[in-house]
Amino acid sequence: MPDRIADAPRLEDVLRVLEGRFSEAVAGHDFAKGELTVRVRTERLADVLRFLKAEQGFAALQDMIGLDRGPETAAGSKRFAVLYQVYRPADRVRLRISVDADEAEGLPSAVAVWKSADWAEREIFDMFGLRFAGHPGLRRIYLDEAFDGHPLRKDFPLQGRSGGL
Amino acid sequence: MAFKEIALNMGPQHPSTHGVLRLKLAVDNEVVISLEPVLGYLHRGMEKLWENLTYTQIVPLTDRLDYLAALSNNLGFVLAVEKLAGIEVPKRGQVLRVVLAELQRLASHLAWVGFQANDIGAMSVLLYGFEARERILDLFEEYVGARLTVHGIRIGGVPRDFDPAFVRKIERTLDGLPAKLRDIELLLNENRIWKERTQGVGVITAAEAVDFGLTGPPLRATGTRWDIRKDVPYSSYEDFEFDVPLGSAGDVYDRYLVRMEEMRQSLGIVRQALARLPDGDFTAKVPRILRIPPAEVFHTIEAPKGELGFYIRSNGTDKPERVKMKSPSFINLMSLAHMSRGNLFSDVIGILGSLDIVLGEIDK
Repeated sequence: MPDRIADAPRLEDVLRVLEGRFSEAVAGHDFAKGELTVRVRTERLADVLRFLKAEQGFAALQDMIGLDRGPETAAGSKRFAVLYQVYRPADRVRLRISVDADEAEGLPSAVAVWKSADWAEREIFDMFGLRFAGHPGLRRIYLDEAFDGHPLRKDFPLQGRSGGL
Repeated sequence: MAFKEIALNMGPQHPSTHGVLRLKLAVDNEVVISLEPVLGYLHRGMEKLWENLTYTQIVPLTDRLDYLAALSNNLGFVLAVEKLAGIEVPKRGQVLRVVLAELQRLASHLAWVGFQANDIGAMSVLLYGFEARERILDLFEEYVGARLTVHGIRIGGVPRDFDPAFVRKIERTLDGLPAKLRDIELLLNENRIWKERTQGVGVITAAEAVDFGLTGPPLRATGTRWDIRKDVPYSSYEDFEFDVPLGSAGDVYDRYLVRMEEMRQSLGIVRQALARLPDGDFTAKVPRILRIPPAEVFHTIEAPKGELGFYIRSNGTDKPERVKMKSPSFINLMSLAHMSRGNLFSDVIGILGSLDIVLGEIDK
């Protein structure tokens, strides 16, 4: 499994294209275990996702993954991250876009780009409490509307809370 | 007749929703205007739980996701852990996994065809499908002692080797299956009622299907060649010869045809594997306590229901920092509303069934 991006020419091409087109939006990248993660700034996320789908052939959003770094995140950095796992069927290239997020700002919705983002964003909202601006019907997907809290946050207790729902 | 929209509720205790799923429908007479699935009745917080268990402890819990294809869940999770930890599985272990995964695909598709026909009103097919599936579950029982929650794939390989007697038993079971598949096809393929209830019903185009993230047989029924076993091979699938059956109409009937043909291909894969089982170990040596340095991977497999994936992020301890499951049933169910709009209310049952969802995997 390649650990240097030079050994994965198709991923290296994608990275060069993204850096060329969005030089100010690409905050960095990681390449390990044959997988490329491109870190994108929140302000340009919507443009990057649209560009990947419309001009780079990433027809499928395979999954969206929410991450919580915990409540004690250092000042100046954001607590949450969302990963977009996108796939280009033509040459079977998989790419991960990573964007930082915090609860107050939220993120722009990707539903207008890929319909598969619909339930994925509702799940992240349900589990982490992140809002997606422009989502056609953002509400909880698994838990009851009356439930208080977001279980996949690191400060939510595993055993639940006394009183519960 | 004047237009009148009626709200209709289906489930969560409806026998044709395949578990505890509720559908909120709006119908105009018998035509579906809109539909909304309501999920979460089976939500157990698996992903939260996994953050608090070791990698080894998580594997048996994956059995409880898609409980009709537990081995596929095991395989999906274990492959992601192995990629994360850099564990090389010996060739024999890889091929034994292929045998187990393809037997599981057969069992899952046989249960599906039985349920689907039963939902549409052809009850005898249920008995044929389940009778054939029993023979495969017998093999799992002999191999690991369980029929459904098998925990039959472990980190590093498989729990035990196949001895020659067991290989012969699998081969004998396979010998009986083509006749059983033919029985089912004789009952259904040219059955007028079956065709009227499935052809042109629940249609989705290839482009829409990809946009909705649809995978597995419902996607291939639209004519899209998309099979992870071929596209991004894992566990030595690249060594086997098999076709990817495709449909063209993207309707319920084509989903049925695709699954029937997939079963024949699975039979072929298992036969090839058993005929040339490589020598060597069936499992790699894996440390008793598996601590994985900080890293992240996303790995997917072609499960019977569609593309099953796991994102795992490690943090240097023996427990993962985060596990996210890409559940094919969850994603496939999202397009149900689109497929059902404009169809008859009674066809929603057939369309829902044709997606082959399992609520254990949807609600996690």
